[in-house]
Amino acid sequence: MNITIDVNGTKMEAKKGETVLNVLNDNGIQVPTLCHIKSMFPTGSCRMCVVEDIISDKLITSCSAVAEDGMKILTHSPRVTEARKVIVELLLSNHPDDCLYCVRNGNCELQGLAEELCVTERRIQGRKNKLPIDNSSVSIMRDPEKCILCGRCVRVCEEVMGVACIDFSKRGSRTVVSTAFDKGMNTSSCVNCGQCIMVCPTGALTEQNHFTGIREALTDPSKTVVVQYAPAISVSIAEEFGMEPGIDIAGIMNAALRKIGFDYVFDTSFAADLTIMEESNELIKRINENRNLPLITSCCPAWVKYAEEFVPELLPNISTCKSPQQMAGAIIKSYFAKQKNISKEDIYSVSIMPCTAKKFEAQREEMTNKGISDVDAVLTTREFVKFVKLFGINMHEIESETADSPLGIRTTAGKIFGASGGVAEAAIRTAYYMLTGDELVQFKIPELRGFKGQKETRLKIGDLEIGVAVVNGLANAKKLLDEIKAGRDDIHFIEIMACPGGCVGGGGQPVNMDEKAVKERIKSLYRIDDTESIKVSHKNPDVIILYNEFLGKPLGKKSHELLHTGFKKREVII
Amino acid sequence: MNDTTEQILVKYKNADRDSLIPILQEIQEVEGWLSEKMLTSVGRHLDMPVSKVYGVATFYNQFRFQPKGRFHIQVCRGTACHVLGSATVLEEIKKHLKIDVDETTKDGLFSLEIVACIGTCGLAPVININGNFHARVTTDSLRDIIESYRVQNNN
Repeated sequence: MNITIDVNGTKMEAKKGETVLNVLNDNGIQVPTLCHIKSMFPTGSCRMCVVEDIISDKLITSCSAVAEDGMKILTHSPRVTEARKVIVELLLSNHPDDCLYCVRNGNCELQGLAEELCVTERRIQGRKNKLPIDNSSVSIMRDPEKCILCGRCVRVCEEVMGVACIDFSKRGSRTVVSTAFDKGMNTSSCVNCGQCIMVCPTGALTEQNHFTGIREALTDPSKTVVVQYAPAISVSIAEEFGMEPGIDIAGIMNAALRKIGFDYVFDTSFAADLTIMEESNELIKRINENRNLPLITSCCPAWVKYAEEFVPELLPNISTCKSPQQMAGAIIKSYFAKQKNISKEDIYSVSIMPCTAKKFEAQREEMTNKGISDVDAVLTTREFVKFVKLFGINMHEIESETADSPLGIRTTAGKIFGASGGVAEAAIRTAYYMLTGDELVQFKIPELRGFKGQKETRLKIGDLEIGVAVVNGLANAKKLLDEIKAGRDDIHFIEIMACPGGCVGGGGQPVNMDEKAVKERIKSLYRIDDTESIKVSHKNPDVIILYNEFLGKPLGKKSHELLHTGFKKREVII
Repeated sequence: MNDTTEQILVKYKNADRDSLIPILQEIQEVEGWLSEKMLTSVGRHLDMPVSKVYGVATFYNQFRFQPKGRFHIQVCRGTACHVLGSATVLEEIKKHLKIDVDETTKDGLFSLEIVACIGTCGLAPVININGNFHARVTTDSLRDIIESYRVQNNN
């Protein structure tokens, strides 16, 4: 049954049990929030969303108050806006005054609220926090002085990721968000997913920046600087340049990267095709030998680190394939270097990833070859956008270009890696061909697509029937893995992506994104899959040439040397 | 794992996170403090992330994260002691021992704690070292008191 509430003198319909905030938002009224995360249970701790409840004559938190029939609400009365303003002024009273030098300058929520609520002078002087920056992680940097204790990072880390490496410690004015024992993030169970950065309203959480090394390499004439970009990037940045959200601007990106000065521009989706060649063969091998099933994907470095810490007993199930980033890195510094007659010491290899964990992955010891990293520097999507601006490139005025061969041609199977379910779908397309010799009639597997946290299906491949599961969000992965550990054996293949929605919702993506933006990106990836003609990795002409000329066959000796790796149990503070 | 911690955890066999505080209290009761190892063991036992265990433990003043010194100094910061200069007394101890509140000197000899009123307002400002009350402490007498314990340790 619907109920009616009165908001600013206008009647509004509400569903029973709905929060006041929801009703307001559905009716086009914006109320500022800070601690609130859509889709999560409200905490009502920051008080930013207060509205005036006329009947009780009290200010109530609209995020947690349930709409009741006959309620009378004022959302922007002088009393309400003054209360919100004081909250912001109090938050600012001990905040560092370094907005001009802050990485979030211009897209900081606290700054936005101060502007919205007309805070133009410092009325409240507080003692500034004096706390050290945690620079220990190779992916994520924490500056507790900028933290306003909204708790969003703590909740995402626990509820979405199931990691909980940070929490509030101490109390009162000494409260901080910290790791256990206030140790560095590097020794904590942090998986570097970066979802904490995505929800942080201020500059308290940011990624480790790799600008300097890249700029040095770009100006060093002895270096050949190559760049690769992940499948999700080209559908995630259009809005950052004032274009329609979600559209694919790969061509413009290629041109922009060349203008910046990169000598060769590659598409990581090529390496995704390569990953599928190796991984689908690995799946077939394991099914034939009935060993280490289910096979679990290894593309997501946050998931891999999670497994090393929390479920080491399942490490034998994880695919030994390197991630596409690392496969591309390895091929660039071997096959490509040889082809162009450049020594690998003189190649500086950059990747652009929607991910902060890729920064960690790139420096893993297993990802180096005789002391030389396969990937030298990683830019997140956010950093890439800044990089384009830094080099003064007008994305509206440049002509599309194609990526360089041999790592520039991709199929749509490699492209859909960017969405949760994409890896599984691409792997099945190729596994089907490998096992039956025929192509699938219908490439789409709708059951594995979409934003849902856990998706499952059963598929017939020839005489074989296999179970496939796709999960995104590590908390969802934990649930499925608990079932597997308890003996569930009808699943043969599991794709795990740490971030909600897959890489399109990655922790390196532009901040302030909403679920709608992520869904647009997913749509865009599948639109590419619908419209282009080569939909299976084994038909990528450059992949075929790479095997013929260099690698031999999937799971062969050369592949093992360059494209595969192993994972070990990792001791951290859990 | 530490034996004492293990013995205590055995008693809380099927406990969940509701038992966190009683367990921490019991361990501190026996050990005098809570180490990283002990907190980690408690987290594992209760299937709780250790960041949460640490968060709860640091919320409460009753928990210590350094072992007590051989001589444990409690400085009363109640109203009467405050009026008669306990803030200065506290600062002097911190300066003299080069430790902060809730810390222990490197040699393990002294540790420092703030307590609210200990009910001997007539003796203000008062400090309590291992159960011995020292009345009307001044910055001068303080040095002598602390040194007397140092001598006691050497004998």
